[in-house]
Amino acid sequence: MAFDSFSAFIAMDGHGPYVWACYAVFFVLLAVMMIGSAMAKKSVVESCRRGYEFQAEKSKVATSKPSASFARVNVSQD
Amino acid sequence: MWQIFHKLGSPKWFFGISTRFMPWLLVGGVLLLLAGAIWGLAFAPKDYLQGNSYRIIFIHVPAAFLAQSIYIMMASAAIVTLVWRMKLADMFVKAVAPVGLVLTFLALFTGAVWGKPTWGTWWIWDARLTSMLILLFLYGGVIALDRAITDDKSAARAVAVLVLVGVVNIPIIKYSVEWWNTLHQPATFKLTEKPSMPAEMWVPLLLSVLGLYLVFGWLACIRMQTEILSREQRTRWVKELVMKGKS
Repeated sequence: MAFDSFSAFIAMDGHGPYVWACYAVFFVLLAVMMIGSAMAKKSVVESCRRGYEFQAEKSKVATSKPSASFARVNVSQD
Repeated sequence: MWQIFHKLGSPKWFFGISTRFMPWLLVGGVLLLLAGAIWGLAFAPKDYLQGNSYRIIFIHVPAAFLAQSIYIMMASAAIVTLVWRMKLADMFVKAVAPVGLVLTFLALFTGAVWGKPTWGTWWIWDARLTSMLILLFLYGGVIALDRAITDDKSAARAVAVLVLVGVVNIPIIKYSVEWWNTLHQPATFKLTEKPSMPAEMWVPLLLSVLGLYLVFGWLACIRMQTEILSREQRTRWVKELVMKGKS
């Protein structure tokens, strides 16, 4: 240790506020950036997944219930 | 040779390989950075001239180092974008510009706070400080230009040109402490000479620089992956990857 006591470590001969402010801002910003980047990736994965599920749903509906058909209907012309 | 080049340019290949490296980058980077910071804060000896305020160096130098280094990497990627139209290079520029902005801000902020108790002022308009401020604006300009153009391809080309024009600032930052009289002290590390500090000071500094490099590697990977996923979501491999992760 370069300091005699814990309070000396915090005070740093009067330079404490400057040193600790720097370290706090540095690590907080870095952490925010890291967590933000990880969350951005998660939300993109999530929105992709929802898109694929929506598409799958749509195509399922389209195949099971055709809204129109080209089948010939034999109706008597009499 | 060209095969490797094409492979490197493939987003799918990059996604696979980066996923494997990322845990190591994250764990190694955080550990080294914390080790450097704790060593620098509590165990490194006090500077005979500056006292304890010099302990800011253990985060100031890594931030400033990376801020310039990221810009050089972006410029290399910009050349690749312009010459070979490689998508991955453009994604890299896009992904790391905000990281560069934050680190440049941190270098300026920690420098200002260090300057107050040591030289008696937060800020002066000297060569080193002003050129770093220009770097901050360059990063901001790159991000703004990229957001302003909606078409991915034209955005990529415009951003690459802007990044390359801004490279002129890098040697100015580097040599500003030698060309002009400035308040800023000369470089701590030089490739050709031994550091002018004792080992108890430069070893923790080296640790935190390496740590921040690794953390940056992780950030670049995860941000590029995000960009790849959103741009390539129509491809089959992204669909398979996303749906596989769910079940």
